[in-house]
Amino acid sequence: MTNAVEFDNIDVIFGDRQADALALLDQGKNRSEIQEATNNILGVADVSFNVPQGEICVLMGLSGSGKSSLLRCVNGLNKVSRGSLRVRHGDENDVTDVTTCNAQTLRTLRREHVAMVFQQFALLPWRTVAENVGFGLELRGMNAKQRDEVVREKLALVGLDEWASKYAHELSGGMQQRVGLARAFATDAPILLMDEPFSALDPLIRNRLQDELLDLQDKLNKTILFVSHDLDEAMKLGNSIAIMEGGYVVQHGTPEDIALRPANDYVADFVAHMNPVNILRGRAIMQRATKEQRNGSGNFAIEDEDIQITVENGVIKSAQSGENGALKLINYDGTLPAHLDATDNSIIFVADDTVLLKNLVEMREITQNPVILTREGRLSGTLGRREFFASLT
Amino acid sequence: MEWLTETKIPLGSWIASLMDGLNEHADFVFYAISDALGFVIDHTVDALVWLHPLVIIAFFAGLAIWLHKSWKLTAFTVLSLLLIVNLGYWEATMETLAMVFYATLICMVIGIPLGVAAAHRPWLSHALRPVLDLMQTIPTFVYLIPTLILFGLGVVPGLISTIIFSIAAPVRLTQLGIASTPKALIEAGQSFGCTPRQLLFKVELPSAMPSIMAGLTQCIMLSLSMVVISALVGADGLGKPVVRALNTVNIAQGFEAGLAIVILAIVLDRICRRDNSENTGQ
Repeated sequence: MTNAVEFDNIDVIFGDRQADALALLDQGKNRSEIQEATNNILGVADVSFNVPQGEICVLMGLSGSGKSSLLRCVNGLNKVSRGSLRVRHGDENDVTDVTTCNAQTLRTLRREHVAMVFQQFALLPWRTVAENVGFGLELRGMNAKQRDEVVREKLALVGLDEWASKYAHELSGGMQQRVGLARAFATDAPILLMDEPFSALDPLIRNRLQDELLDLQDKLNKTILFVSHDLDEAMKLGNSIAIMEGGYVVQHGTPEDIALRPANDYVADFVAHMNPVNILRGRAIMQRATKEQRNGSGNFAIEDEDIQITVENGVIKSAQSGENGALKLINYDGTLPAHLDATDNSIIFVADDTVLLKNLVEMREITQNPVILTREGRLSGTLGRREFFASLT
Repeated sequence: MEWLTETKIPLGSWIASLMDGLNEHADFVFYAISDALGFVIDHTVDALVWLHPLVIIAFFAGLAIWLHKSWKLTAFTVLSLLLIVNLGYWEATMETLAMVFYATLICMVIGIPLGVAAAHRPWLSHALRPVLDLMQTIPTFVYLIPTLILFGLGVVPGLISTIIFSIAAPVRLTQLGIASTPKALIEAGQSFGCTPRQLLFKVELPSAMPSIMAGLTQCIMLSLSMVVISALVGADGLGKPVVRALNTVNIAQGFEAGLAIVILAIVLDRICRRDNSENTGQ
């Protein structure tokens, strides 16, 4: 997969003594030491990672960790002090190095290829919703008629077609940010920078906009760099997450990597405060079946539970409970069968091992029995009481 | 203390000789300016006086309706202007109106670009501040004399003095408005690819517009406050009857002419003032 954005040893210093500050940084000095010596602020230090096309990458950290500073480098709102930052658009070889390009190229990049959504919406208050959405196109010199068409389309996309002629302050916060989204979509830029776009909204609206963003992403397939200080949000949206501290990226990986293998105490502290059921998948927490169980045949017991399962060439044939006799196997296909809302311990669920913990917990609640996990139809592992408890604590 | 007063620094004579020098070697420049401005203002006054007063009153009433949709303001405008006609100061009012109009126009044309430039360049802002302070605080009579010498008697030295006195308001308020454009809006403009010019016209100036409009009304008010001073150097208008009333201790005439100035001031202020609630979102 090609990378849309490549960060290559990026350092960002705010201030007028860049060379001195960089020298101190190379000596391994931290932010406060550099500030004391040069009165310059270390924004971002030694960041290298790539964002593949079509992925959502979340930059995550406490305030002052450098996540916004890094994001703003991508469209040149912040100047990179050292390193190279390449933005690829369209063609494989169509690359702009933001750190070295001239003002004209940077402007083209901002008009055509990289759009931005702001935390405080940053809508122009003297313009109507429609005029705000058309702002980027207007800068590009598109005529009013063509602009109207695009604006109407994008407003429909975010569900605000009725509000085109209102002013921003007449809209609620959630609606204002939808205008911000429509404005960013209007330029059809393949790369989207989102600087804590939902932080100013109340939790209910935030959640809804996150869902809407994911739905839109399915349709539009943009490359999104998303800044957040909320790990739950990061886990929900991100294909990958870069956790930042003091200007450095301390861990970059998939949501599961972060949740299960935090790189240091800082990351672990974040993870401790998040809700794991929306992120963890069965395979991450299950009792892994042995090689013989996965491919062979025979009976074996689920540890800590009074249940035996019978496998033939890795395919689950039946399960018996010591208490309830033979259990009915039910394949989980994404939704729970409608008639199974009460407790029924005569059944046992068989689910793919990529199913989210949230759903697995629901199955457990209905049956009080373990859940059997499969991969490509063959036994992959089991989830008993012990595994559930371990994952949730 | 004698050593201090022994030799006087000839500040005054320096300025005087500078003026003499200007008058001697560059007088054609000042006469040209004087002739041109005088020509324009005189013809504007001619046109205003040639029109029937009711036409002009209707025009102001129309402005009041169009800009504010307020019947109260419209009624006030019509009645107070009719009162001026009744008192017999219509022609003088038109002369004053023309002078205030051109003074304000020139102040805005010079003041807005200057304010924008100062907002973008800290050094210019530092350099401008003492100059603007000086222009606002130095007693008007002090620069009335040199303008009189350079431009001759009439409406033009009055106009120049008025501009010197009033121009600080639009410069300062434009600068303030541009400089206080929210950073988020500037960044939004930049991140969608504004050229510096687009940033100025599509983000900074609209954002500064309430402040600039405040500068405009301030400028009008300051110009009106110079009407009597201008009359001292021969400018026609409502200042003349006031000065004449002062010289002849004529209470009645002084009051009527003064009232006409106040009415003009209030009408212009109310019509030019923007409602704060309009589309600003702040």
